[in-house]
Amino acid sequence: MTRYVRRFSRTERTLHWANALGFFVLLASGLVLYLPSLSVLVGRRPLVKDVHFWSGIGWVSLLAAIAVLGDRRGLVRTARDVDRFGSDDVRFLLGRRPAPQGRFNAGQKLNTVLTAAFTLLFFVSGMLLWLGERDTRFRLAGTVILHDGLMYVSLLLLVGHLYLAVIHPATRHALRGITLGTVDAEWAARHHAKWTPE
Amino acid sequence: MPDAHEGKPVGRAVFLTTVAAGVTSLLWGRGVWSRVSSAISPVESLVPLVPTGGWRIYTVSGSMPRFDPATWRLEVGGAVGRPAALDIHELRALPRVDQVSTFHCVTGWTVKNVRWGGVRIADVLAHVQPQPGATALRFVSAEEPYDDYLTMEQAALPDVLLAYEMDGKPLPREHGAPLRLVIPDMYGYKNVKWLKRIEVVPKEGTGYWEGYGYDQDAWVGHSNGYGT
Ligand code: HEM
Ligand code: HEM
Repeated sequence: MTRYVRRFSRTERTLHWANALGFFVLLASGLVLYLPSLSVLVGRRPLVKDVHFWSGIGWVSLLAAIAVLGDRRGLVRTARDVDRFGSDDVRFLLGRRPAPQGRFNAGQKLNTVLTAAFTLLFFVSGMLLWLGERDTRFRLAGTVILHDGLMYVSLLLLVGHLYLAVIHPATRHALRGITLGTVDAEWAARHHAKWTPE
Repeated sequence: MPDAHEGKPVGRAVFLTTVAAGVTSLLWGRGVWSRVSSAISPVESLVPLVPTGGWRIYTVSGSMPRFDPATWRLEVGGAVGRPAALDIHELRALPRVDQVSTFHCVTGWTVKNVRWGGVRIADVLAHVQPQPGATALRFVSAEEPYDDYLTMEQAALPDVLLAYEMDGKPLPREHGAPLRLVIPDMYGYKNVKWLKRIEVVPKEGTGYWEGYGYDQDAWVGHSNGYGT
């Protein structure tokens, strides 16, 4: 019989799916603002702009609220895990094996760190775009380029992320962890040898 | 259980570096981007670097005007001796000018080497006998309530035109079909799309974006908080 171990707390799963939902809404509305063919098809730019901006505000507020109201201690512990890179992590990134990994492998740690940094930068550049339309003191020549660049880089990360999460046979079992919270103990031992689930 | 503090704090270093690079790019990003895109621009026309050709379609109302050649007219009126209404054929019968110029948007994006075809404003005004005291023109868009103004001198700059063609094709709907103002030295908001009326006026009024605090004289690089 398969034995399951807990991988993600309720707070972590809520945070992940709130983040994903917000990201997809912002991506879709952002593309309507960005791609001429979609702008023409959808029209109503003032409405789409409002939807995009207020979704961004809602997204960031929701993430902050989940972090504050949820299991803060657990999140801090996770953040510490994500922060630390040992010699096996370097081996892992260089493609050397064996490279036994902790609760998160080095790629997942980088993905988490970059996702967090991009969220902050999306927020900063988005606020500047919004404020700049209202007051020229907030208008900087590089804001649109940063906001667009973040979208391209995030999309690249996301394609890799979705491939590993839903398609790649060896890793897609992780989907169970991020939805139900638990994963097969043997799978965890194989992929995260240095991790001792609680 | 392995020590939770094993290894180095690489995560926070990557985080802070990424945020710092992103925030400072607000200042250097545009310069680098324009150098990169001009370095590859010979290829870019074949394989566009970004899927949009660089354009964003800005509108201020819920729907985009639709051009019907049977009913569309460019009205030219105001302080004139003889108001006129030109249909698209009459407009196309005026002396044609072609030019290649760069389009700058005040939000920070630029489209290089746009090929415009159209007519000079002077050739249109010749039909209506503007009154001597008039110093400005009002350009009214079919997209309500969009309008903007140029002084007579600005409208007479050698690369200002009323464009009915873009990149070798009739002006597409999203770029202002059938006629838009093109003034390359000023930001996009002065380049009124979906023109339906030009009025000769005694002096400049407050255009749509000027009403939101944008500069009356929208010189590229020297207005709206840039280059000051
Ligand atoms: C807190 C988060 C965000 C805020 C406050 C925000 C805000 C804005 C604002 C104010 C604009 C300008 C709209 C205009 O005037 O045309 C904009 C444009 C855009 N946003 Fe966001 N945004 C956020 C996150 C995102 C995310 C996560 C994505 C994509 C994954 C995204 C994609 C875009 C795109 C593609 C554009 C069009 C830019 C262009 O015209 O080149 N945004 N955003
Ligand atoms: C339908 C869409 C998505 C699916 C199916 C999905 C799936 C997953 C799975 C299975 C995990 C857990 C991996 C593990 O066991 O450690 C995970 C983690 C994560 N997800 Fe997603 N995700 C989605 C959307 C997103 C989006 C849009 C983002 C960010 C923009 C994102 C960012 C992350 C991050 C940062 C982690 C933790 C580190 C990592 O595993 O790479 N996810 N996701």
